Amino acid sequence: MEARPRTSVAGPAPAAGRKRSPYPSWFYLPAAIVYAVLFLVPTVTSFYFSLTRWSIFDSQFIGFDNYVTFFREPALVSGLWHTVVYAVITSGLKVVLGLGLAVLLTSQIIGRGYLRSVVFFPVLVSTIGVGLTFTILLDPEEGLVNESLALIGIQGPGWLTDPSFALVSVALVDVWKGVGLATLIYIAGIVSIPQEYFEAARVDGATAWQNFRKIVLPLARPATFTVILLSLIGGLRSFDLIWAMTRGGPGFTSDVIASVIYKQYQAGFYGLSTAGNVVLFLLVTAIIFPLSRYLNSKEVDL
Amino acid sequence: MTRRHTPHRIALAVFSAGTLALGACSAGSLGSSDDEGGGGKVALSFLTDNQPETVKMAEGLAKDFTAKNPDITVNVETRPQGTEGDNIVKTRLSTGDMTDMFMYNSGSLMQALAPQKNLTPVDDFAGQLDENFKKAVGSDGKIYGVPFGNYMAGAILYNKEVYDKNGLKVPTTWDEFQANNAKLKAAGVDPVIQTYGETWTSQLFILGDYHNVEAASPGWAEQYTKNQAKYATTPAAKAGFDHLQQVHDAGYVNKDFASAKLTDGLNKLAKGQGAQYPILSAMVSQLIADNPGSENKIGLFAIPGADAAKNGLTVWAPNGLYIPTSTTGDKLAAAKKFLGFVASPDGCASMGKATTPTGPYAVTGCELPDSVPQAVKDMQTYIDKQGASSLALEFLSPVKGPALEQICVEVGSGIRKADAAAKLYDEDVKKQAQQLGLEGW
Repeated sequence: MEARPRTSVAGPAPAAGRKRSPYPSWFYLPAAIVYAVLFLVPTVTSFYFSLTRWSIFDSQFIGFDNYVTFFREPALVSGLWHTVVYAVITSGLKVVLGLGLAVLLTSQIIGRGYLRSVVFFPVLVSTIGVGLTFTILLDPEEGLVNESLALIGIQGPGWLTDPSFALVSVALVDVWKGVGLATLIYIAGIVSIPQEYFEAARVDGATAWQNFRKIVLPLARPATFTVILLSLIGGLRSFDLIWAMTRGGPGFTSDVIASVIYKQYQAGFYGLSTAGNVVLFLLVTAIIFPLSRYLNSKEVDL
Repeated sequence: MTRRHTPHRIALAVFSAGTLALGACSAGSLGSSDDEGGGGKVALSFLTDNQPETVKMAEGLAKDFTAKNPDITVNVETRPQGTEGDNIVKTRLSTGDMTDMFMYNSGSLMQALAPQKNLTPVDDFAGQLDENFKKAVGSDGKIYGVPFGNYMAGAILYNKEVYDKNGLKVPTTWDEFQANNAKLKAAGVDPVIQTYGETWTSQLFILGDYHNVEAASPGWAEQYTKNQAKYATTPAAKAGFDHLQQVHDAGYVNKDFASAKLTDGLNKLAKGQGAQYPILSAMVSQLIADNPGSENKIGLFAIPGADAAKNGLTVWAPNGLYIPTSTTGDKLAAAKKFLGFVASPDGCASMGKATTPTGPYAVTGCELPDSVPQAVKDMQTYIDKQGASSLALEFLSPVKGPALEQICVEVGSGIRKADAAAKLYDEDVKKQAQQLGLEGW
C-alpha cells in the first residue's frame, strides 16, 4: 500500500519525456530476483496448487473442488463473520482510544515521556506472551480479573470460555496490545500540525473542544487513515493472538479465517489450506484496496 | 486420539514443561548422527519424539541392546511432538534423510507415511507380535514395524473410594452409568469430569465408545472407510455424541469444565472431588506421579453402551518402531537386529525397567509385573476376556476428521446438539478421505 504514489498529494509532476536513469537497468536484477523467487513465484504457484489436492509426495489436479469444500466448511462461514467483527472492533477502538490517548499525551501533563512509553510498551511484548498472560488473567475460576470482580460482588463471565464473550475478549486484548502503535502514529500526526493554526485559533478565542474538532481532527486525518488501514489489515489477517488465547474455541466460536486455514494445514489438507489463503488474499485486497483509494482521495494538505 | 496422535498430544499435555526443555536440544541433534565407528562396528541412529518417558525408554533399549551386541551402538535423537514432529518425519522420509530407525505412531498416522514406498517391511517378526498390533502397522499384507511401548485404553477412570462410599458398582450399560451419576450428584460429588482447557480430552465419549459401535454393527469400520456408514445415520455410532450431550444437559460435569486442564481433571479425580473421568489409561502414570499413594484408589471401566453383554474396552495400539527404505547394507542388518530385540521379552523388560508400564505389551511372551496400578489390572481383565476389547477406530480406518475435538467441545458445552454434531463430523471426515484419495468419496 505504502508504495503507491499518493496521487492527490502535490508531488513532483510526472516528468514529461521520461528522464533516463543514471544507473544501468541490470542494477535492478538482484532485487528483482529476490522478489521474484521469494514472492512472485510462490504467489503464482499457490494459485495453481489451490486447484490441486497435494501432499509432500505428489499433487492431483481437481479444479475448483477445494474452493467448493472450503466454502461449505461451516466453520468458515462463521469464521468470515468473526473476522469482520474482529477487524471492525479492533480497528474502531484503536482509532478512538489511540486518538484520545494521543491528545492527552501531546498536552502538557506531568510525566508525559513516561506515560508515552507505558502506552507503547505492550506493542513490544511478544503476542504469544500477551496471549498466554491474558489467558491466565481471564481464567473464569482462578483468574485475577474475575477474582477482582468477585471482591466487588460481580460474578464475572467465562471471558474466554463463554461462546458469546470469547471473540470480543480476544479483540479487547488485541486493542490493549495494539493501541500503543495507534497512539504513536497519532502523536506524530498531531505534533506535525503547524503551531500557527493553534496560535490563530487562540487569537480568535477558540475553546479546547473547537481546537480539537476544527484543527486536530481534520489535520490528523492522514494519521487516522494510516491507523485504520494498518489495524484493519492486522485485524483481517489476525491469527497469533487468537491462536494463543482460544485456538478458535470454545468449539468454533472464535475461529477467524486465518485460524480455519491453519487448522486445515495442520490436518494435512494442503490443497484446501492453499485455497483458503488465496481466499484470504482476495478478501483482504477486496476490502483494503478500495478503502485505501477512498481514504487517500480524501487526504488534505497541511 | 485426535486423528493425529494421541500420544503426541498427551505427551504435549503431560510433559509440556519437559518438552520445552528438551525441545532446545532436538534442533541441534538433528544434524549430528552417523559418527561411524570403524572396524566392523555399526552405529545406528534412532529418532524418537522428545517426551521424557519415550526418551528414557529409547535410551534404555539402546543401552541394553549394545550390552548384548557390543559391535552395534545406537544413538538416540529426538524430535518435537505433535504436528511439528509429523512434518519432520514426513520431510525427512521424502528427502531420503531419515535416521536408520525411527519411532512413530501406528494406525492411521503411520498409513499416511506411504509405507509401501518409504518403509522396509519386517515380516520376520510377525510371529512375535500380537494380532491387534499387526493390524495397526500392516499395509497390503505386510508388517512394517514393531511395538515401542504399551497398549492403552480409552475408558473411564473412576475413584474407587467415592464409589464405595456411595455404594455404587461399575456400570455396564449407559442407563446404569446415568443412574450412578444421579446418585453421585445428590451426594455432592461431580459425577463426570470434563476438561476442555485441553480440547483433545473431550473426545473420549466418542472415540472410546468404538468397541460398543463395533459390537452393535460388526465391520462398521470397513463400511465407514468405504463411505457406506456414517456417524449421523448409525445410531450406535451417534450414541457417543448423544452421551456427551446428556452428561452436559443433566449438569453432571464439573463447574469449571470449560477451562479445566488435564492435570486439574486428574487431581480432581484423585482427590475425590470428581468421581469419573473419561480419559486415556496412560494418564494414570501422571495421576500417580502427582498424587502419590493413589495407585490402588483409581480403577478403570470401559465406556458403557446399550448392551451389558456386549460392553467392552476400546484399545489404542502402541507406537511403532520402523526402518525407512533409505537404510541399507550393514546398517539394515543391524537395524533389523535391534527391532528383533525390541520385539522380544528382553526388549519389554528393558522398556519396563526404564519407565512404569501403563498397559499390556504387544509382544508375545511379555508379562506385566504384579506391581502395576489398579487401573492397568482392570484394563488387563478386559483384554484377557475373549471379545471384550477392540482397537480404536483410528487403527481400523484411515478416516479421522481433524475437527472432532472442537465438535466435541461444542456438544459438551451445549453449543451444538448431538444430531447436528454427528452430521458436521461426517462432513469433516470427508475432507480427510479425499486427501487420502480413498475410493467412494
